[in-house]
Amino acid sequence: MNNKYEVIIGLEVHSQIKTKTKIFCNCSTDFHSQPNTNICPVCTGQPGVLPVLNKHAVELIVRTGLALDCTINKKSVFARKQYFYPDLPKNYQISQYELPFCEHGKINITVDGKTKSIGITRIHLEEDAGKLIHDIGSRQLDYSLADYNRTGVPLMEIVSEPDMRSPQEAAAYLESLKNLIEYVEASDCNMEEGKFRCDANISIRPFGQKEFGTKAELKNMNSISGVQEALSYEVERQIEIVESGGRVIQETRTWDPNEKVTKSMRSKENAHDYRYFPDPDLVPVNLDDEFIDNIKKNIPELPEARKARLINDLGLSEYDTNIIISDKALADYYETALNTANKGAKEPAAAAKTVANWIITELLGKLNNSKLTIKESPISPENIGKLVILISKGTISGKIAKTIFEDMFKDNKDPEVIVKEKGLVQISDAGEIVKVCQEAIDENAKIVADYKSGKKSAIGALVGAVMKKSKGKANPQMVNKTLTELLNK
Amino acid sequence: MELTKKDVDYVASLARLEFEEKEKENLVKQLGSILGYIDKIKEVDTSTIAPTSHGGTSENVWREDVVVKSSQETIDALFKNAPEQDGDFFKVKKVMELED
Repeated sequence: MNNKYEVIIGLEVHSQIKTKTKIFCNCSTDFHSQPNTNICPVCTGQPGVLPVLNKHAVELIVRTGLALDCTINKKSVFARKQYFYPDLPKNYQISQYELPFCEHGKINITVDGKTKSIGITRIHLEEDAGKLIHDIGSRQLDYSLADYNRTGVPLMEIVSEPDMRSPQEAAAYLESLKNLIEYVEASDCNMEEGKFRCDANISIRPFGQKEFGTKAELKNMNSISGVQEALSYEVERQIEIVESGGRVIQETRTWDPNEKVTKSMRSKENAHDYRYFPDPDLVPVNLDDEFIDNIKKNIPELPEARKARLINDLGLSEYDTNIIISDKALADYYETALNTANKGAKEPAAAAKTVANWIITELLGKLNNSKLTIKESPISPENIGKLVILISKGTISGKIAKTIFEDMFKDNKDPEVIVKEKGLVQISDAGEIVKVCQEAIDENAKIVADYKSGKKSAIGALVGAVMKKSKGKANPQMVNKTLTELLNK
Repeated sequence: MELTKKDVDYVASLARLEFEEKEKENLVKQLGSILGYIDKIKEVDTSTIAPTSHGGTSENVWREDVVVKSSQETIDALFKNAPEQDGDFFKVKKVMELED
C-alpha cells in the first residue's frame, strides 16, 4: 500500500454491558421493546430524580478489566460530561473522567502469524444515549424522532493505546477484544444491535518521525470489516493530502458504507468543552478486596485456558483448537456436541477429533456459504454428536453421513430418524456383502482381468461398483476386504 | 482572575443563553466576584489533601439488577413534559449535518 508513511491507529470501543436493567434506574435494557416503553423519570432526566448505580454493571466491568490484565482502581467516581444533543435528555452524560474502574491493560492480537500486544489505556463505565431517527424509509425528516429506551443502558468504553499500525491490526484487535468480552460474558457484542461499537483515531507520519501526525476520528462503522475498510480509505486519503503538499486537519469523519468513503461531519455543537465535574448525585465507589477476589474466583474460563484444556485433555491439534476457541459460541457448540458424542462413543479421544472435523470442515463451510453464524446454525450441537455416534458404531459409513448431514442442515432433523426413515443403515452382514461383491466381480470381467494381470488399483473400480449396487450402504472396509479375498481365491 | 465579556459570551453560548449587552456587563461583574472568591479559597494550601468528589461520607450506594417497569401513567406523564410528541417518539430538532 505504502512504504513511506507509518499508520497510527487507536480505537475506542463502546460495549453494552449485559445487565437486565439500566445503569442508574430500574428500566429494562431489552433491545426489542416498543419505542419509549423502557423509560422512567430518572433516565429521561426529570428534575429532582436520583440515579442509583447498578451493582452488576460494576461487577461486569471489573471482570472485563481483570480479563484484560488491567489495574482495578478500588476507588472510582462518576463525572458529568456536558453537551446539548437531543439523544441525551439530561443535557449531560454520566461517565467517568478521573478514576475510571480499570486502567493499564493489554490484549494479544495475531496478524499473519505474528503475535503483538496492544495496550488498553482505560475502561470506564458510562450511560448510553438514546436513538435518533432521521428518516422514515427513504423520506428524510426535517426533524428527528427520539427513542429513549437505550438512554441509560450501561456501556463500558474501552480505550486502546495508539498501538496499531495497520487496518488489519485494528480488525484483529476488535476480533480479539470482542471474543474476550464474550468469553467473560460481559456483553453480547452484537454489532448489528449496536452492542459493540467502535470509533477510530487514525493518523499517518513519515517513518522515523517521532511526533504523531494530525488525527481524524472516524465514526459510523457498523462491522469489523467496515472499520477495516474505513481505515484503509482514510490511510489513502491522508497520504494523498500530505503527498500533494496539504495538511490533514483534525476533525470527525463519518464512514459511508454505501459510497465507501469517509465524510467530514459538521455539527452545530462545535464547542467541545465538556466541563467534566464529579456528579454530586452519585457517591464514590470503593471496592474492597473481597469484592474483587470474588469476581476473580468466578471469572469464566478465558480463551488461553480453554485452548490448553482442549489440547492437553482432549488431544486436539493446535490448528483445530485455534479455530474452535476463536469464537466462544463455536467453542461452546463444540463442547456440547462432544458431550453428546462421548455418551455413545467407545473411545472419547477419537470422538474429540471426529467432532472437531465435522464442525470445522463440514459445518463451518456450509455456514459460511449460507452467511450464517454458529449461533444461527440450523444443526444443533446435540445432533452433530449423534451423527458422530452413528459413524463410530458403524451404523452408517462416512459417505452416508455426509448425505445425512445435508438433510440435517435443512431442518435439524435427528440423524437417527433420517437413517431409519431412509433405510440408510450400513450393511455389515458378511453374507450379504459377499453376495454383492461376487455380483460385481461377475459383471466386470475386464476390471477383474486388469487386477489379475497386476494392476492392483483396479480394485477401486470394483469397490465403486459394490457401493453403487448397495446404494452406498455397504461397509467400505468390509467390501475392500471381501473383494480382495474373492479375487485372490 | 480577570473576567471579560468574551468569557461571558462563551459560557452563555455553552449554556444556550442569550443576553442583552447591559446584562452582560452586569454578569462580568457578578461572575467576576464569584471567581474572585474562589481565588481567595485557592490561597489555602491543599497539597496534602486528596481531592473531594462528594460532600458526604457514604460510599457504594448501589442496587441489585432487577427490572421494574414504569406504568403507562408515568410514561404518559413523561411525554407531557416534552415539548413535542410524534406517535411513540419524542419529536426533536434535527442537529447533525453532513458535508455534501
